Order: sequence, then C-alpha cells, then structure tokens
Amino acid sequence: MTETKSKWQLKHTIVLLRVLIGWHFLYEGVIKLYNPDWTSFGYLATAQGPLEPLFLAIAKEPFIGWADTLNWLALMFVGITFLLGIFEKKGALVGILLLALYYLAHPPFPWLQQVNVEGSYWFINKNLIELVACMVIYQFPTGQYFGISNLFNKNKEQTKTETL
Amino acid sequence: MKWTRRDVIKGLGGIPILGAVWWAGASNAVSKNRERTAILEQLNIQPSLPSAVKEISGEPVRVGIIGFGIRGEQLCRAMGFATKEWLDEMEQAAKEDPNHSRLKDFKNQDKLNIKLTAVCDVYDVRAERVINSFSTEDTKVIRFKTHEDMIRSGKVDAVIIATPDHWHAPMAIDALENGIHAYVEKPMTHTVEETYRLKEAAEKSKAVLMVGHQHRQTLSFQTAQDIVSKGVLGHVSLVQTNTNRNDDNGAWNYHIEDEATPETIDWDLFLGSAPKIPFNKNHFFRWRKWWTYGSGLSGDLLTHDYDRLNCVLQMGIPNSVSASGGIYTHNDGRNVPDVLQVNMEFPDFSTGSSQEKGKEKGMTFVYSATLGNGFSRPTILMGHDATMELGNRLTVWPDSRSTKYAEMIESGKMKPSVPVYSYNPGASVPDAVSSATSQYFADKGLMWTYINGARVDSTFLHLREWLSATRNGGKVSCGINEGFDEAISAHMAGLSVKLGRRIDWDAAAQRIVSIEGVDFDEVLLSSL
Repeated sequence: MTETKSKWQLKHTIVLLRVLIGWHFLYEGVIKLYNPDWTSFGYLATAQGPLEPLFLAIAKEPFIGWADTLNWLALMFVGITFLLGIFEKKGALVGILLLALYYLAHPPFPWLQQVNVEGSYWFINKNLIELVACMVIYQFPTGQYFGISNLFNKNKEQTKTETL
Repeated sequence: MKWTRRDVIKGLGGIPILGAVWWAGASNAVSKNRERTAILEQLNIQPSLPSAVKEISGEPVRVGIIGFGIRGEQLCRAMGFATKEWLDEMEQAAKEDPNHSRLKDFKNQDKLNIKLTAVCDVYDVRAERVINSFSTEDTKVIRFKTHEDMIRSGKVDAVIIATPDHWHAPMAIDALENGIHAYVEKPMTHTVEETYRLKEAAEKSKAVLMVGHQHRQTLSFQTAQDIVSKGVLGHVSLVQTNTNRNDDNGAWNYHIEDEATPETIDWDLFLGSAPKIPFNKNHFFRWRKWWTYGSGLSGDLLTHDYDRLNCVLQMGIPNSVSASGGIYTHNDGRNVPDVLQVNMEFPDFSTGSSQEKGKEKGMTFVYSATLGNGFSRPTILMGHDATMELGNRLTVWPDSRSTKYAEMIESGKMKPSVPVYSYNPGASVPDAVSSATSQYFADKGLMWTYINGARVDSTFLHLREWLSATRNGGKVSCGINEGFDEAISAHMAGLSVKLGRRIDWDAAAQRIVSIEGVDFDEVLLSSL
C-alpha cells in the first residue's frame, strides 16, 4: 500500500515535471517563431569549448537559416508533445539533443570565461539538469495518465493497475 | 471505446495549458516587435553597407614603400605583403592558440592587382627585409636611396609614405608634383606652412592623395553619419574622445635594434630638415617622442579621434583650440606631452535641434589623453535627445529629458537606461532594443568591420579604395580636404599646448589668426 501510494505520488510529480518542461520549451519556441528578427547567430558565434568550430560553422550562411528554423521547430515539438502527452518519448529525445547542444555551445567549464549567465556554475548548469529531467520523462512516459495518449489507450484498466 | 468525463479531462487537460502558453508567448513577442518597430520607425536609421569599390583593372599598380618601420610593415601586410618573419611568428601563434586568427585573416584577404616594386628606407636592415620578403621571380624589389630617386625612376605609379612626420609633406608634395599617387600616414603634415603647400600640390596634381585615416572605412562610422544626419541625437553640444594607454609601446618606447649603427642607418637622410645632431638610436626608433620629428599625442593620436568625428559630423576646423598637458608619466628625455587635454570650440556648429529655433547652437570637442592609464573611456556624442557611444559598434541611449522622445519616454516605450539602437556590423541584423546579450556580444569584440560575414582589416579597405581611385578615378574618403582639416586642427592643438594660450582660426581667410612676434612653425618644431 505504501509502495502504491509513493508510486502514485511519483507519477503525479513526473506529470508536473513534464508539463513544466513542456511549458518552458513551448514558450521559448513561440517567442522565437513570432519574432522575425530573432537569430541564434550571436549565441553560436560566441560558442566556446570543444565543439566551438562546429558552432562557428553553423553560424555562417547557409546553415544559420536552417539552424534558426530547426531550433524553434524543435523547441515547439518538445513543448507540444510534453503538454499534450502524446509522442512524449520522441519529444524527450529531441529535448535531450537540443539541451545537449545548448550545454556544449556554452559549457560551464571553469577554464572558460562564463559570460552572460545569471548564476554561478561549475560543470553543471540548468541546461544539463533539464536534460536529465528529459531523460526521466523518456523513461517514465505519463501521457497515458494525463494526456491524449490516455484517450487511445485500449488496455486502460490493465495499464492503470500495472503502472500504479 | 467508452470515455468517461474523467478520461476526457485527463486526456485533453494539456490543451488549455498549451493554448495559454502559446497565446502568452505570441502576444508578448508581437507587442515587443511592435514597440521595436515603433522605435525604429521613429529613428529611421539605415545601417550602411560597404560601398562598392571598382576593381583595379589592367596592369598591376606598381607601388613603392617609403619607410618600412612598424606602420610601413602593417601597410604592406594590408596590401597582401607579409614578411617571412611575421608569417613564421603568426604560424607559431596559431599553433599555440587555435583562436589566433591573424594569419587566417591575412590569407583570406582579397588579392589586390598590384606589384610592390620599390623600397626606400634609411635603415639597411629594413630595406633588405622588404627586398628579401617581397621580391618575386618576375619582380625584384628595387631599393632607392632617396624618395626623389624612387619617384623619378619610372618604376612606381604610387608611393606609400610611412616615415617620421617631418618627412610626410616633402615626400607627398614631390610625389604629387611628379604625377605619382601618394598615400601618406597621419598627421598629414608637420608644420602649418607645408600644410598649405601640400594642399596646393594636391589640387594641381592629377595624382590621387590619400591620408591614412583607415577608420573612415569602418561601417559603424558610416551608420553613425546616418544617425546624426537624421537628428536622432538632437543638438550635440559635447563630444568626448580619449586616448588611454599604459604600456611602453603605447608611450612610443619602441624596441631599439642592435643592428642599428651609423653604418646601417643613413643618419643625415633620416634627419632631413631636422637640426643636425650626432647619431642617436633612441631618436631613430622612438622619434615620436620629439617635436623635431614627430608631434606627440596631438599629431599621432588626437588626429585619429578628430578625424573620426570629422568623418561623422563634418564639423571642419574649430574656431579656437585650447590645450594643456605635460610630461607626467614618462619623464625619459622626451619633449612631447604624455598627458594632454584639448578643447576645440565650434560655436556655429549644430547637428540640428528638436527645440525652439535659436536655443541650441555650438559644440565643444574634448580630447583627453594619458599614457599612464589604460582604462577604456569610450567616445561619446552627447545630444539633447540622445547619447551615442561610438566605436566599432554603436549604441544610442535616449536622454531622460529629451524633447523629441518625451512622449515615448512618458509612455514607457523608451527607457533612458535601455539603448534604443545598437549597431553591430558583425551580427546579421541590427538590434533595435539592445538586450544584455547583444550588449555582451558587442563588448566581446565581434564587431570588426565585417563584409559578407568575413572580418576585414580597415587598413586594407582604405588602401584598396586609394589604389582603385588611382586607376578608376573618383573621390577618396580621406583626401586633401579631410587631411587639411586634420592637420590644421592638430597643429592648433600643438601650438596651444606649447604657447599656453588659445589659438584662433579665421575661417574666412582660411588661416590661423596670427600672434604678434610668434612664428607658428618655429614654435611647432621647437623642443618646448
């Protein structure tokens, strides 16, 4: 009984985590989509760390246009899948990839100059933590509990019992 | 399949959250865009694009270099000629630090249709360095003893003059009188009298004269012109420019080479019109420290700042100049000041006004310099409506008491603490309302002059414009008129600090107002 209760709490917490991450991603994506002048140029052009040459290459034509479009598309894909609770495993993978790129573009390594960051970080920053949170979402999909997946779940009762 | 109400709520519960977030993001972005657009429309600034320069067609232009010191070497590099020593050094630096891009930038530079055919340097070591580094199978660089020999040799179409200041005008005049194009380093002249002679020679000659103020090629300066001419700043009453250096190199204590001896240096030729003194290595390598050959802060560095602003504002020669200073940081035998303050008055100048007619007119240009502190003080143009920081990038802040923007400030659309415009030629779009991010990008020095995404040396652009004009004609950005303004203003500053009094300009007569019993050129050349 205790185990069932704690699993129930865990599931609710993961749903909450999923909705909050989805909220964050969707808002970031929408803001970029509706701002015609937005570009990732500055972010990419100032990249540091081991993958700097790759990011600098992306910052140039013709890749920069693709990078900009793919960035807001990916952000919104994660946001929508997480909020609606459908294809959330795919969304989580995209989120992990995106956050890994953000982390690597400006890694919080002590030997690099940390610029334009609002906190203090030593190897670990919020991008990396959100990335791990996406891994949790990937491993514990909750769309069948709260999300559109819930409506298409043929073995609802069984799943309920099992997952609880 | 049977759905309960509970199923539907759980299944579709995410949709209203999605809708709310989407609506919030979209309305936020759209309203910010609208504010940006309103500000941009009000400012109506058009970031300038690099001006097109015609190609140097036909046979390569034959160029001779006169003076292969620190600047001469930089100028040759900007034309595509780097010494073997420099290439080795840069290759080593790039190996040690992958971010070191000077060699890469040099190799990416467009090739100019020119040949380096001749060198003239009083110091054997430097002349030989040019010959050894730049001679090719087709073109062996020829060394000439004097500039007269080079100019009359038939081997050059154009000469670059990168000598001590006292040689600038004599060489440029000789070149122009013989139909040879001349690129002369700043300051354009060393005395008042030769400024007029050079002007006359340039006006009579068909050859093209360019003065070496390469920052005229910087894109942000061309944008700054647009900003000022559209009245974005309102009436500019004060301009502040500065020099802040705190190292030996910045104080002109350049390296003295062991190879320099009376045998390897033609000392008499170096002295030229200067008083005859025995061979002196210190004077040879560090000539900027003495009025005899150089002109200290007023000729070497004020000229840059003055011309930068003359490029943006076209304010011309000041009505009067008051300067003061002294030798306070490098008391090492020099006689030019190392701390200098210059106030230039332009009582009739105006960049336009947003207030009632006649209320605002006149401007002071302040140049403040020290060679004993390296704190970076920016160049600031202070207008009634806005303040502009001028550098490789531009930032414009509205003034809290602006007349022009009063309504926008009142309604919160503009905030005095937030820049209304930030121009960064390195970024793909101008940033209307600068954020902390763009501020940072700007500060990081991404803001070189960029052309199609490639970082470009402005000296290269300046030389290319001059070389193109030698073939295709057309006006150059820093010709004799701009050089005349620069030289006269610098000489007025030099005279003021040396005489300890205000120096006036008679605009109608185009002369510095004479002072009884004072020979201006004698004062400029004197040690005190």
